[in-house]
Amino acid sequence: MSTPFYVSPQQAMADRAEYARKGIARGRSLVVLQYADGIVFVGENPSRALHKFSEIYDRIGFAAAGKYNEYENLRIGGVRYADLRGYTYDRGDVTARGLANVYAQTLGTIFSSVGEKPYEVELVVAEVGETPEHDQIYRLPHDGSIVDEHGSVAVGGNAEQISGYLDQRHRDGMTLAEALKLAVQALSRDTNGSEREIPAERLEVAVLDRTRPQKRKFKRIEGRRLVRLLEAAGGSSEETLSGGDVE
Amino acid sequence: MEANTSGTGRLPAAFLTPGSSSFMDFLSEHQPELLPGRRTLPPVQGVIEAPHGTTIVAVTFPGGVVLAGDRRATMGNVIAQRDIEKVFPADEYSAVGIAGTAGLAVEMVKLFQLELEHFEKVEGAQLSLEGKANRLSTMIRSNLGMAMQGLAVVPLFAGYDVDREKGRIFSYDVTGGRSEEHGFAATGSGSIFARGAMKKLFREDLSEAEATTLVVQALYDAADDDSATGGPDVARRIYPIVTVITEDGYRRLSEDESSGIARSVLERRLEQPDGPRASLL
Repeated sequence: MSTPFYVSPQQAMADRAEYARKGIARGRSLVVLQYADGIVFVGENPSRALHKFSEIYDRIGFAAAGKYNEYENLRIGGVRYADLRGYTYDRGDVTARGLANVYAQTLGTIFSSVGEKPYEVELVVAEVGETPEHDQIYRLPHDGSIVDEHGSVAVGGNAEQISGYLDQRHRDGMTLAEALKLAVQALSRDTNGSEREIPAERLEVAVLDRTRPQKRKFKRIEGRRLVRLLEAAGGSSEETLSGGDVE
Repeated sequence: MEANTSGTGRLPAAFLTPGSSSFMDFLSEHQPELLPGRRTLPPVQGVIEAPHGTTIVAVTFPGGVVLAGDRRATMGNVIAQRDIEKVFPADEYSAVGIAGTAGLAVEMVKLFQLELEHFEKVEGAQLSLEGKANRLSTMIRSNLGMAMQGLAVVPLFAGYDVDREKGRIFSYDVTGGRSEEHGFAATGSGSIFARGAMKKLFREDLSEAEATTLVVQALYDAADDDSATGGPDVARRIYPIVTVITEDGYRRLSEDESSGIARSVLERRLEQPDGPRASLL
């Protein structure tokens, strides 16, 4: 019988964190931005069927970067959690804060449990309020922590650079077209600083629109409507990058 | 550590088990006591007194379907509620109207709405209209035990079939048997009279406005002959609920629109109490 090597807890956790981070970094980044009428989710996704963004409940949306099967599982868990809560109590009692807490507990337990491999996912849970001040955006990294975000957030491979770019340029009260343009600009910058064009058919865009009359505020923006919005923002991404959109 | 899933606050295993897109399946796994069909009534003598909803009518027209209901709930010979709502949107392209035990029916509708919404969110696509109709069938069947003790729920389901591009109506019996109705249908205590009225007034080429008038006429005739069905209540401003489902989705007529139709029907009835006459041949 061989004695297992001693590994310090610090080292074990650092290894697990690195494993999870590497997995997440392999996926494409996505961004979530506040705009005047709600919250917009933008990401590069060549698939029409496998979504990165999804509706969880009336006012709550979900975005995820990383390993598909793991975040899909968490997404369905979230839909079940929200629907069950709304059914037992009331639709108004389902909140992003509650959901983010459950996700954090789940991710945290899995991360620190020796028997399981850590999830290679990073989630965003967003809730649109009656006014922009009541919007909530939570970012949930792989280890079960929660970060309360304002304005804009990026997750995935190139997240740090993209959020730096967004932080400088995002402002409150942007129109949907402006926010979308900024998001696409941020996403189309590569790690080495060069730009590439992301065509509309490779973009996945969804909004939580507080002006929608229905109680379910989540809506995907696809096809002609997406192209129109991109055009409304003005010109191709090269033009606008050099243009003076920066405040 | 991984065995301890209860004390950590993480999502229980049932939440993260892939496979089912049905909220009812999930409930039966995780919290079966919340499913209406799992309850059994204690043995009681006689009929349980509970508010009953009465008449629901539906009519198709080229481009969609209209579903409407009166506003009365009765308990024995007493009017239990004057302004009950018995027509609900099931999802964007369908609606359900309920007759029978009001409390159970409202719970059934709530679960049915959630079942459709849950499927849509998990799968990212809507159920087919047939699929929705079948799901409702299963729910009615699970209520059979209650139905045999006098607490039946008999809905009428109407929706716009986006594949076939037309409005369709499904009616049910207490055992969950479902049948598609062509043109028009009615359920509830006043349904016999409403169906008679619709049979004489229905045409294949109704416009949306004519179809909404037709359902109000039929409800008026039902209220005329059935004491459990409420007619338009001008004094309290309580008018039938009329909903239209077309390619653009579900729409409930506003208070002004439905009162407008009800008042014009009422006005004509002041001159002709039995309503419009169909030709003999």
